[in-house]
Amino acid sequence: MARTGTKTSGGRGARRSAAAPPAAVEERDATLSEAQRLDLYYWMRLTRSLEERLVNLYRQTKVVGGLFRSLGQEADAVGSAYALRREDVLSPLIRNLGSMLVKGATPVEILKQYMAKGDSPTRGRELNIHFGDTERGFIGQISPLGDMVPVMAGVTLSFKMRGQSRVGLVYVGDGATSTGAFHEGINFAAVQRCPLVVVVESNGYAYSTPTSKQTLAAQFVDKAPGYGIAAEQADGNDVIATYEATKRAVDRARRGEGVTLVELVTYRRKGHAEHDNQSYVPAGEIERWERENDPITRYLARLRNEGVRDDALAAIDARVAREIDEATDIAERSGVPDALDALVGVYADPPAERPLWYREGQSAVVDVHERAQGWGTYDAPARGAD
Amino acid sequence: MAEITYLEAIREALFEEMERDADVFCLGEDIGAYGGAFKVTDGLLAKYGESRVIDTPISEIGIVGAAAGAAHMGMRPVVEMQFIDFIANAYDMLTNYVATARYRAFLPCPMVVRGPSGGYVRGGPFHSQNPEAGFVHTPGLKVVYPSTAEDAKGLLKAAIRDDDCVLFFEHKYLYRRIKGEMPGGDHVVPIGKARLAREGDDLSIITYAATVYKALEAAEQLEREDGLSVEVLDLRSLAPLDDDAIDATVKKTNRVLIVHEDTRTGGLAGEITARINERCFEWLDAPVLRVTAHDVPLPYAPSLEDFVLPQTADVVLAARRLAAY
Repeated sequence: MARTGTKTSGGRGARRSAAAPPAAVEERDATLSEAQRLDLYYWMRLTRSLEERLVNLYRQTKVVGGLFRSLGQEADAVGSAYALRREDVLSPLIRNLGSMLVKGATPVEILKQYMAKGDSPTRGRELNIHFGDTERGFIGQISPLGDMVPVMAGVTLSFKMRGQSRVGLVYVGDGATSTGAFHEGINFAAVQRCPLVVVVESNGYAYSTPTSKQTLAAQFVDKAPGYGIAAEQADGNDVIATYEATKRAVDRARRGEGVTLVELVTYRRKGHAEHDNQSYVPAGEIERWERENDPITRYLARLRNEGVRDDALAAIDARVAREIDEATDIAERSGVPDALDALVGVYADPPAERPLWYREGQSAVVDVHERAQGWGTYDAPARGAD
Repeated sequence: MAEITYLEAIREALFEEMERDADVFCLGEDIGAYGGAFKVTDGLLAKYGESRVIDTPISEIGIVGAAAGAAHMGMRPVVEMQFIDFIANAYDMLTNYVATARYRAFLPCPMVVRGPSGGYVRGGPFHSQNPEAGFVHTPGLKVVYPSTAEDAKGLLKAAIRDDDCVLFFEHKYLYRRIKGEMPGGDHVVPIGKARLAREGDDLSIITYAATVYKALEAAEQLEREDGLSVEVLDLRSLAPLDDDAIDATVKKTNRVLIVHEDTRTGGLAGEITARINERCFEWLDAPVLRVTAHDVPLPYAPSLEDFVLPQTADVVLAARRLAAY
């Protein structure tokens, strides 16, 4: 079994207790140009700032549903997705906003999606970052965890059948490795030698459940030999190490050498979603990771060390701020979905369902005053809550 | 043209569709070298090779999920469940993932999941099931369940060409017992259209799959012994249901018996009864009756299985009660 990249710290002990952040191991990497390395910074900064904007919108009750943060995991999302080519396809998980942005999702799409706008990518049908675009190479996740592994096995099976030089990458968390779908999907892809990279983001918690209650395996790369596949492990808070480990897996897949399991060790600094008060996290743990192992802080130090000038970084920060402001303005101007659109497109044929007889001739049915307050922002302007 | 069996008709559809469209491929357990548990896919591997006839691990979630992924990318996978009972393992993948793909994500999912279904074969609890109702209940899936060899071929070809996921139930009791002469040319039976299996005036039996033959036997007996003229409607498609054909037979005979092999509670008969109630209440001269399996897992012993499943005598008895109402 090829198993490389284990030189990076942050393996077993860090993940197990989620107590000791991996020490920063910074190595000069010659494979990425300075423009590319600044690119990585841009995507990480965009991810974090966009989520911070979403927090503001959430507190203004403009986000209809829950808000899922990837705070502290921006490097693993961005660095891994950056290893793919334009024609490759990834399937993100809930903490892979950064991966989607790298693959071409735009801030305005994310904002509209969270605000359930009629012209959002799913026209108000799905929540948060549950959306995709096969043209740009990302396929939207669903909530049952692990299901995207078999789906991406099939996506990459089609690449193999058609003789295309394309690679697929699917993200799962530590929790999803416990599902049947994960096992069946990775085994199917292994047997078929699909060009698939399975990224396990080991961030310490699945909702409130620590990894120690998810598996007895010492580390997730240990699962790879059981499937007869290669493994890579990297410090997920080091964007370059993440990129390099994923790149090795992607190259292996593109060469026809099948599936690689990539374990990225990181830490989830926010709760499962914004409502989660993280009461189950040992005192001081979050603060320690924030203080000692923030992926953006680490990367900034590295870039400065490599001679990147502060004004270049400031220009990126300004660009990100401008883009998010512009996107927010656009997203806020968008309208809510037309209620009758709820009946369109379950099938290709018939193209729409008919309204039930007691809804005939109606285009909206629930008066704003009938809505439960907990439903959030959908009707917030009418309540004057803004 | 010579007659072929229901099973051979399915195989013929697979060969023709794989020949017609290079994006069609088959995957399932033991379908390649062995030709499938019932030999439905016999010969496919020799003709189309391992890349298009894929022997898979025992992984219903994996197989259905992989089919969905390939379908997103423009392939047209045909999945075999070795026995349709095992589709329960893929219930999440079919209902949460596949069925919602177009609606939530505008992802096309043109795929077929097919497999041997149904009882009357002493197969016991895990080789006899009729799990169609749960999938008929799921928006985003289409479900067909043919009773004739001609429909088996024509509906499978339609299912493979459909742009959404179609569950194709094959009745294993009919595999080698039923034969038919295939219409010439490109024989495609549209999904969503019922078939009038027998015309009649006094009462209607609405049914599908193997119980079509129970209904037809009962109709002959009722004509012979009671002078009753019984209409038999073979639904063929369960999702979508052919409401027009159901309405037409109700309005013609005004008395309706629904027969299915699936268990009673939550079975299709309840749904069809509700639709008739909503659309044709004033046309009814009697309450809608149903003959179904009893609400128990299907047992193995012949005396037990025969008791649980609907038989011709049950259909005759119910039809007589309906006619006398």
